[in-house]
Amino acid sequence: MSLSLDDVKRVANLARIEISEDEACRTLTQLSGIFGLIEQMQAVDTSAITPMSHAQDVMQRLRADAVTEIDQRELFQSVAPQVEAGLYLVPKVIE
Amino acid sequence: MQWETVIGLEVHAQLSTESKIFSGASTAFGAAPNAEACTVDLALPGVLPVLNRGAVERAIRFGLAVGAKINSPSIFARKNYFYPDLPKGYQISQYELPVVEGGHIQLQIVQDGKEQEKTVRLVRAHLEEDAGKSLHEDFQGMSGIDLNRAGTPLLEIVSEPDMRSSAEAVAYAKTLHTLVRWIGICDGNMQEGSFRCDANVSVRPQGSEKLGTRCEIKNLNSFRFLEKAIDYEARRQIEILEDGGAIQQQTRLFDPEKGETRAMRSKEDAQDYRYFPDPDLLPLEISGSWIEEVKKELPELPQQMRSRFEHDYGLSMYDALALTADRDNSEYYEAVAGKLSSDPKLCANWVMGEVSAYLNNEGKSFDVCPLSPAQLAQLLLRIKDGTISGKIAKDVFRQMWEQASAESISWKNRKEVDESLADRIIESQGLRQISDSSALEKLVQEVLTANPKSVEEFKAGKEKAFNALVGQVMKAARGKANPAQVNEILRKKLTE
Repeated sequence: MSLSLDDVKRVANLARIEISEDEACRTLTQLSGIFGLIEQMQAVDTSAITPMSHAQDVMQRLRADAVTEIDQRELFQSVAPQVEAGLYLVPKVIE
Repeated sequence: MQWETVIGLEVHAQLSTESKIFSGASTAFGAAPNAEACTVDLALPGVLPVLNRGAVERAIRFGLAVGAKINSPSIFARKNYFYPDLPKGYQISQYELPVVEGGHIQLQIVQDGKEQEKTVRLVRAHLEEDAGKSLHEDFQGMSGIDLNRAGTPLLEIVSEPDMRSSAEAVAYAKTLHTLVRWIGICDGNMQEGSFRCDANVSVRPQGSEKLGTRCEIKNLNSFRFLEKAIDYEARRQIEILEDGGAIQQQTRLFDPEKGETRAMRSKEDAQDYRYFPDPDLLPLEISGSWIEEVKKELPELPQQMRSRFEHDYGLSMYDALALTADRDNSEYYEAVAGKLSSDPKLCANWVMGEVSAYLNNEGKSFDVCPLSPAQLAQLLLRIKDGTISGKIAKDVFRQMWEQASAESISWKNRKEVDESLADRIIESQGLRQISDSSALEKLVQEVLTANPKSVEEFKAGKEKAFNALVGQVMKAARGKANPAQVNEILRKKLTE
């Protein structure tokens, strides 16, 4: 699979990363290298192997359903740039 | 051309846990803004999610109730998008290997007096966290963010596109709504957003196998809106196709005030969520013994109870459906029918009729009904043994209700039940039916003497005049005469 410069720019945009033309070109080379490796790996027959979803071979631990947190809003909001009426204020977004 | 509407639904059911899915913050509704948002919900650096056993348990319960496969291992994934009410920049959801896979929902639809059954297949049901809330007004160019809802556990239930009309979609949503409350995994409160529907709607020529291009309508928070939105959307698509146009795959919003759907975003600028397994969460293992444990605690399901009601009590599908609307309702009915086993249909009529109406009127549900099933059964027994007429019974019922309500104890909390309440009211007010035939004959005679005109009309062949005379007798008896008996005596006297 070959990656285009537009693909790189689109992914950067989705990830909200600002990159220059120069950086985009370098990233394209690096990503293409990674895709080359993936292609090599995909040639291996893995039909009898269970897909690995985590690097560690352990299972998720669960916690009991109980409220353990207290209200620390004041503390958390002390580092927020702007708050009003208990809300965090951010630049206006409307979808 | 004849068109067929094809509908699939995605329902987000908020799970009724005490704490959030990945943190120990409370999920209680209505707290002050951000009072229930802890470090994990705020996505402060260095925090890690820890999965709530209660949320998984509820998902298993649902899976078992719909006959689905419970996946083990099940995997959590990151769904990436940017929005200020999602502080991590991704939502923890499931992509491959959701907890619940497959399954089906059985629908009973009563439409225009006809009873139909239908099966809707499920694709999957997966666990995920809810996002926070953005408030766009009142902050002078800024948006206010409340993260109390962030991290609230949701079960997203995805159906196959098996529905063919808005009526079927509503029946499916209602059945699902009943089920999640029945098995106690979700409170079903639609105003508070605990149960929200998205509808995928497409149309195709009748008889065609190929699915048309679909549009997704977001956030329908009432059954009425669901119905209206689907009807509008299907009409809109048919019009476009009939004018030779093509449907754009889109996400649309329903505007309840205008009763129409409008485009929110089209496929070109559709999100690319770049799902991948969340490295912060290990695979979830659900053991066979855990599933067995959950299965043991599962109550009799509405579907099973409905067919039992039809079988054992001889009720119609319509009655069985109404009485199994929720567990409190069915429990109340069974308690009444248990006391008056000779007439389950009469019990059904009163539970669905008077009791429901009085409860509705007071905005109450069956679990807090003031009147005990035994007290109602006693009243119904008095109709059956001819002590009072059905009409008088309604009056007695009203008085029983008032007296029982005055104590403000629900039937379940009542330690001693005064079963003679109906009898006392009947006796103290002399409401017993006049069944002494000589007393009735005397009444009838008086009415005949007082209404010679009606008598003449009847003799001239006017059946209407007969009914007028029956009415007069009932009035003279202050409603306490047995109508069948009055009919008989009157007819005998008139044809003498």
